[in-house]
Amino acid sequence: MSKSERPNPLFRNLNAKVASIPMILTAMVVFVGGTLWTVLYSFTNSKLLPRLNFVGLDQYYRLWATPRWLISIENLLIYGAISLVFSLVIGFLLAALLDQKIRFEDTFRTIFLYPFALSFIVTGLVWQWLLNPDFGIQHVVRDLGWTSFSFDPLYNSSIVIYGISIAALWQGTGLIMCLMLAGLRGIDEDIWKAARVDGIPMWKTYLFIVIPMMRPVFITTLVIIASGIVKVYDLVVAQTSGGPGIASEVPAKYVYDYMFFAQNLGQGFAASTMMLLSVAIVIVPWAYLEFGRRK
Amino acid sequence: MNMANTTAQTSTAAGARQDIIDPCGPKPRRMISRRNIFLYGTLFVMAAYYLLPLYVMVVTSLKGMPEIRLGNIFSPPLEITFEPWVKAWSTACTGLNCDGLSRGFWNSVRITVPSVLLSIAIASVNGYALANWRFKGADTFFIILIVGAFIPYQVMIYPIVIILREIGLYGSLSGLVIVHSIFGMPILTLLFRNYFSSMPEELFRAARVDGAGFWGIFLRIMLPMSLPIFVVAIILQVTGIWNDFLFGVVYTRPDTYPMTVQLNNIVNSVQGVKEYNVNMAATILTGLVPLIVYFISGKLFVRGIAAGAVKG
Repeated sequence: MSKSERPNPLFRNLNAKVASIPMILTAMVVFVGGTLWTVLYSFTNSKLLPRLNFVGLDQYYRLWATPRWLISIENLLIYGAISLVFSLVIGFLLAALLDQKIRFEDTFRTIFLYPFALSFIVTGLVWQWLLNPDFGIQHVVRDLGWTSFSFDPLYNSSIVIYGISIAALWQGTGLIMCLMLAGLRGIDEDIWKAARVDGIPMWKTYLFIVIPMMRPVFITTLVIIASGIVKVYDLVVAQTSGGPGIASEVPAKYVYDYMFFAQNLGQGFAASTMMLLSVAIVIVPWAYLEFGRRK
Repeated sequence: MNMANTTAQTSTAAGARQDIIDPCGPKPRRMISRRNIFLYGTLFVMAAYYLLPLYVMVVTSLKGMPEIRLGNIFSPPLEITFEPWVKAWSTACTGLNCDGLSRGFWNSVRITVPSVLLSIAIASVNGYALANWRFKGADTFFIILIVGAFIPYQVMIYPIVIILREIGLYGSLSGLVIVHSIFGMPILTLLFRNYFSSMPEELFRAARVDGAGFWGIFLRIMLPMSLPIFVVAIILQVTGIWNDFLFGVVYTRPDTYPMTVQLNNIVNSVQGVKEYNVNMAATILTGLVPLIVYFISGKLFVRGIAAGAVKG
């Protein structure tokens, strides 16, 4: 550094600033800039190309009057409720079972977690095959003599979203189990001893002592699950492509299709802004609780 | 006779030992108790449920089509054939291309390798700058970056299309590499920043006193000490980028599609007779790379996803 005069503060610590250029560009140009751009253009009537021709909230009115979007939202809510409840319950139960000082714990954990290494496309295609009514589970059970058995969630528009949820749970519960297991391992052994001395049954200890103590783990897990729900896209594309008809459409697919196929950018932007809004509703209170309290 | 003798001897020896040693240690648990039957029973049923799809995939891919049409998806193949695998790899059709998944595989390799290297290089240096060379405003950008990780990708897809088109990389593999580096940045930077922050401060100070600069400290001190976190980052990125579908389908053209996109096109194509065995072979082939990474890396994978799970 130059000794003569005070160096320009902009050039102090220059290497660190240069090293941070990609982060600054990503944060400001892509994340902030991109988001503002999309929100801004959601108020225009852009079709094939983005144009600044403002039409107010028109795109949003149209969005909420489109049956496909309403079905997408309904599906997302059902899928979200199922993912949230079942992955928490199954993940916690598996973790509790693995925490009983069992043998082959590593083997079981490896088995429960391996689907998480697979992509949603692979997961979706496998379950599409298993749930295939002509060859899959339905066919096998019928061959066993139960000829009226019917289990074809992917071809029945009223339950197709449940069929997708089965695949999602198979893929994702291993991760929740791992997070929960880490939480359970963080519980002091003395708590268990004290509960046993007091003669509290095990399930009560879990329900009233251990789970309340794992609050932070549950909150983190909840945020992880919630942010995964909104993103659901590949799984639906692989399993049903949104069908039968439009019965298994989801918002992320709506956005993609309107931007890149229907050449109706304005609708795509409005729909993605709605997705952003729904994420903000979940994230902002959490961030407030998590980081606001620390101050 | 000899045998009987030895057994008698051992049994008396055991008896003698029991006489001498008093019982000590915890009461031994009976292996077969109601609790254990319930515990292991549940675990085995669950394990079977998780393994079933993998089993069905493998079994289906080894059968011929006539056997699939007649039989049961759970039954093992009567005649093992590797033809579906060969077909999935080298001749399965997507649209007009009939050169199989191999094209997608090599595309994915050409996407994954540079993306992993670039994103980790950027994020590690950046995390190091944030941990040890903080400058005014650095934390603000970092918080924006982390919050940005929660924004749905759909919000940023189109602006990125425009940016890539402006710099002439839209539709090319390099464009996709940049996109992966951008979206991998929040979690990787967080990972590296936390790791470098947990290193003893004295180490950094001592190196400073000895005259080492920004890059010197990073390359000679930080890098050699942080190999585990680099492995975690590599696992995280390889599986994440290999499994990506959305960015692949948005930012590449049919001849540069990554494996996941090509797989979906092969399996879900509407024209032609469905060949379920080829489809399943192709599905396994696509899942093979992350599965191998998973089984080799073991505990590190758990660490990686526990960190990566925070990814928005």
